[in-house]
Amino acid sequence: MTYSVRSATVRFGPTVALDDVTVEVPGGSVVAVVGGDGAGKSTLLRALAGEVSLDAGTVAAPPKQRLGYLPASSGSWAALTVAQNIDFVAGIYGLAGDELAARRAELLDRAALTPAAGRLAAQLSGGMRRKLGFVMAIVHRPDLLILDEPSTGVDPVSRIDLWRLASEAAASGAAVLMSTTYLDEAERAAHLVVLDHGRVLVQGAYDRVRADFAGVITRTDQPVRAEWAWRRGRVLHEYWPGADPPAGTTAVAPDLEDIVIALSLARRDAVRS
Amino acid sequence: MTGVLLRAGHVTRRFGGFTAVDDVSMQVHPGEVVGLLGANGAGKTTLIRMLLGLIAVTSGRVDLLGGPPDRRRRRRLGYVPQGLGLYGDLTVRENLTFSAQAYGTAAPALPPALTAYADVLVRGLPLGAQRQVAFLAALGHAPEVLVLDEPTSGVDALARAALWDTIRAQAEGGAGVLVTTHYMQEAQQCDRLLLMSDGLLVAEGSEADIIGSTTAVAVRTGDWARAFAVLAAAGAPVMLAGRAIRVANADPAGLAEVLEAAGIEASLEPVPATIEERMLMLSRQAKAS
Repeated sequence: MTYSVRSATVRFGPTVALDDVTVEVPGGSVVAVVGGDGAGKSTLLRALAGEVSLDAGTVAAPPKQRLGYLPASSGSWAALTVAQNIDFVAGIYGLAGDELAARRAELLDRAALTPAAGRLAAQLSGGMRRKLGFVMAIVHRPDLLILDEPSTGVDPVSRIDLWRLASEAAASGAAVLMSTTYLDEAERAAHLVVLDHGRVLVQGAYDRVRADFAGVITRTDQPVRAEWAWRRGRVLHEYWPGADPPAGTTAVAPDLEDIVIALSLARRDAVRS
Repeated sequence: MTGVLLRAGHVTRRFGGFTAVDDVSMQVHPGEVVGLLGANGAGKTTLIRMLLGLIAVTSGRVDLLGGPPDRRRRRRLGYVPQGLGLYGDLTVRENLTFSAQAYGTAAPALPPALTAYADVLVRGLPLGAQRQVAFLAALGHAPEVLVLDEPTSGVDALARAALWDTIRAQAEGGAGVLVTTHYMQEAQQCDRLLLMSDGLLVAEGSEADIIGSTTAVAVRTGDWARAFAVLAAAGAPVMLAGRAIRVANADPAGLAEVLEAAGIEASLEPVPATIEERMLMLSRQAKAS
């Protein structure tokens, strides 16, 4: 089963949060949406989750009870324990008794939260709280799992746990759509979508995005056109959209960070002219 | 100018029976950008708070600009906390004037990207612009040491590159910079890395030094979903990378056996681990001991 938003446009007053965006999320894979603050990531996820209505376009999503959604805010109740949070959400989906106990134990184990089962959610670290939110979103084995920045501000070790949990959900057949501000995380997804000011800057499998990238990126201490250059460690990288760098410059193999910056610069240039 | 701007010598900090930082020694020199990495609870924030003189050491010694981190020396320090430390109910110009007055300097001129926001409340700014303002506030008094806690969290790639331009310009001007980050591509922008785990400084040096001999195994198979489930059930620390599976610090022969027993055909290739995978292994070792 493939879920999707097609040609979606969402306006909040004069602000266009999503501008003609099409994204497909097939079952059995992880699709990552990446972009900075204000790029439209949350709006896209909320549109698919049915939390915001479209001004134009269509949404194909499963019914609410087959959907799991982790919002960008915590997603758990601070005054309940980890186990109580899980039980409460599981109860809404009709899980009870032995079935609930088994599911709770399994999920706590997979999220490495078993030792924290009796702890109040308010007393969890940021990483543990996101893992709890994740567990609560998948307790009913949803067909579509939507995760809004599960890993932002979470330390790398907990990020690996979260990514493993998302991978497991996909491996068991769920369609997973997650947003992230970490480009290296997006590289890992089967399909990545880069949003910039409400529009799709580029999308596809990482290998495909790299193969389709047009132009050349060079490494330099002294950029020829400062407006086309950006900082990478001790050196600068410079983008030549027409693939016409001057002789004597050194081309680099761009990573996703380079590609996203280069395409953002090209888009800003196109908007200006 | 001495050769060391910021130094911890065998620094330990206990909270009751809990040792948050355990015998850590480190230095930051002029002109270098040092990245401080570690999982939550590794002791990064406690170490920084001691370096800044905000909490006392239990034992050991901290030197900021050649002496204890007192008020006089802290005037020569710039600090951008994770929460940015700005006043949301003040405008951009008011925030900058306030911090300049606290340091006894003139308010910095606004860069072109921020002039349109001069009289806008900070609360209403996009996150990227807020981070720029926090940087300006911390840099107005030309600090010799700059401490940045997760400086680019949540901003887009272009804004992140702009912030790194600022960080690098400070280092090139002779400042020493200490940066904490959870973003591994950002760690690669640093000149040197420090890795903390459970209060200890466990590795130091370049990315390659940190990773050391840790390897991972890339598993390629047509039946990735089942291979993933089988390996996860066998207790391997599995992750997806596109349609390939990565297993940190694993023995390829052992994985091959597990896959073969399940009747899954796959190719296994040892690859260098990532910094994240190295951190995962360290935290598993710490839990086991």
